[in-house]
Amino acid sequence: MSVNLTLLIIMGALYACGIYLILERSLTRVLLGLMLLANATNLLILATGGYAGLAPLYSKDTAAGDYNDPLPQALILTSIVISFAVTAFMLGIIYRTWVLARRDEIQDDVEDLRVAETPSFDAEDDAEIPIETSEFPLTMVGTDGGDVSDHGSPGDPADRAKVVAGGKEMPAEDAAAEEKPGSQNVAPTPEGDAK
Amino acid sequence: MNIASLAPLAVVLPILGAALTFLLIRHSRAQRAVSIALLSVTLLLECFLLASVWDGGTFAVTLGGWIPPFGIVMVVDQFSSLMLVVSSAVSLAVLVYATGQGMADGDHDAPVSIFHPTYLILVAGVSNAFLSGDLFNLYVGFEILLTASYVLMTLGGTGPRIRAGVTYVVVSVVSSVLFLISIAMIYGATGTVNMADLAIKLGELDQGTQTLLHVMLLVAFGIKAAVFPLSFWLPDSYPTAPAPVTAVFAGLLTKVGVYAIVRTETLLFPGDSLNTPLMVAALLTMVVGILGALAQSDIKRLLSFTLVSHIGYMVFGLAMSSKAGLGAAVFYVAHHITIQTSLFLVTGLIERRGGSSSVDRLGGLAKLSPLLALLFFIPGMNLAGIPPFSGFLGKVGLLQAGVELGTPLAYALVIGGVVTSLLTLLAVARVWNRAFWRRPTDAEHPDPVLLADPEDPEALQPAGAGRTGMMVSNRTGTARRAMLMPRTMVGSTLGLVVLGVALTVFAGPLFELSDRAAQDMLDRAPYIQAVLGDDTVVPPAPALGGGK
Repeated sequence: MSVNLTLLIIMGALYACGIYLILERSLTRVLLGLMLLANATNLLILATGGYAGLAPLYSKDTAAGDYNDPLPQALILTSIVISFAVTAFMLGIIYRTWVLARRDEIQDDVEDLRVAETPSFDAEDDAEIPIETSEFPLTMVGTDGGDVSDHGSPGDPADRAKVVAGGKEMPAEDAAAEEKPGSQNVAPTPEGDAK
Repeated sequence: MNIASLAPLAVVLPILGAALTFLLIRHSRAQRAVSIALLSVTLLLECFLLASVWDGGTFAVTLGGWIPPFGIVMVVDQFSSLMLVVSSAVSLAVLVYATGQGMADGDHDAPVSIFHPTYLILVAGVSNAFLSGDLFNLYVGFEILLTASYVLMTLGGTGPRIRAGVTYVVVSVVSSVLFLISIAMIYGATGTVNMADLAIKLGELDQGTQTLLHVMLLVAFGIKAAVFPLSFWLPDSYPTAPAPVTAVFAGLLTKVGVYAIVRTETLLFPGDSLNTPLMVAALLTMVVGILGALAQSDIKRLLSFTLVSHIGYMVFGLAMSSKAGLGAAVFYVAHHITIQTSLFLVTGLIERRGGSSSVDRLGGLAKLSPLLALLFFIPGMNLAGIPPFSGFLGKVGLLQAGVELGTPLAYALVIGGVVTSLLTLLAVARVWNRAFWRRPTDAEHPDPVLLADPEDPEALQPAGAGRTGMMVSNRTGTARRAMLMPRTMVGSTLGLVVLGVALTVFAGPLFELSDRAAQDMLDRAPYIQAVLGDDTVVPPAPALGGGK
């Protein structure tokens, strides 16, 4: 079986250029690369048909081995039609990209970048669990039947933890409430300094 | 005359439907009726096909009157007909869902008139790939479904969809070129593209050539099936498409790739020459995929990653080359098509009801819509493999087969499978906790529609429906809520969830069917003799070293 070396070399060159081009960022070049790859593959299929022969039209006097193998050519026809459709569609997409973004380039994925920038700390999953997890705080009852829970009684301000905030002493619970989002205390002052 | 000789109709009917709906492009009501009716008939036909091979038997249909090794054949066996039935049932549900969405939104978001013909062509391509007994026809089936999927992916031509579409198209075309190159080389080596004929002739090649062809086919199908190192295109491109499109892609397209890998591994290249690399790929697919899912806050992206991850289970099953493993993989494919599609459909509903698919913006959906919560909860738990659902049964089957195999790698995969299952549960539970259970006010950036007073009709105007401009002041709040969750969309999602539960209820017979299918595929003789004639001598498959 003789091999058509010219076709093989052309096929190799087409594959090389095609692979180079699809690695580009510019969509038009990617399209050209895809077209080269498709055509190189068509040449490869042609090469698998074996050596050149007569057109496969049946006549009584021709020996079976003299015909060309028609099947690869049928496969090539199909593949040409398919790559034609894909090329047309890609052209449509490239035009649409140009209309939308005025750029002939693959755009970055916004959500990908956002996920990549998200810190591994998740406020909801990783926060320390507050001591009281129930929505219905029950008074804890000690062994003597008395109230031993540590939430303190509101009528006894002297027992409550205090913090120094904004130059004055205030109960810790109130200070925490004021630091929550939505509180007026966290909005920046017109001067831009936080007290 | 057998019902199986009607198998080509599974491809022809959807294509006819595509032509009809294209003619009816200006009559959307007639379009809907035609496409739903034709797809229902196709589904019915495929149910008959499945029933005819339920107890065993493989039928080949030769097209155009050519004698088998030369013409195109379509092969109906248990695996292909099971895939046909599940895929058509799923696509019918998605079609109903999409028409419901189109009717509710006034077809503004997407030119739905183009949707119907394209969708039917996609279904035809999927059926063609499942039925094909000819490698080149399999390629054509792939191309039909891919070309249709390019159009569906970029429906509406918005910026994000075009961006995602470019990635998708380029990756798919490259994988198709690889597939075509492998076909050319296989034809060059053997002189045939008929799969039954190849099953005999490929075994006669020397080992090096066989491995080369085998690897090339696996890489081409691996891209389509999104097996780990080749899976990065999937979570990038799927989530931007419209909800029903993503749902059908997630359910069907990757499974066609898995189907092709199964045929490659059992029919074309039996034996265990590449089982070790396949198992490693399966392990990495499972673990890397699910770790990716945990990092996502968008439900659609999260589900795309779980999709990749669970492809690993199927590859694990088929890479064991044992009857138990392959049977479990067949069952798992059927289960996963249904579950993954219903989850994506539910996400579409969440997006409508809650105004967003990002868990940072959602909250309190369980209170707003208990039905939606139920629709998410059942397939979610099913995906994670919580007993007694079919996901659990499929995974148990796979793990048992892995333990039976008993190699260190198989044990690593068993452990990886359990870990992946738990991590899937974590991912699903995070979505559940945030989107459904917490108060809307606890969300980082709650969507206004969640905070709205349910009795206030003005506030219930959703972001999606607002664009239609159909809102007029005399509408009642109930009507608005109906716009948010149209009955057809909820109904079709419910149908799929029920189908998923049915897979659990009828898991016994289904598992027996998958086992018989696996036995037939490993035997190879039923397939080859159905295509090439009963007196064909089937060369024995190379001894499986992986077993005992």
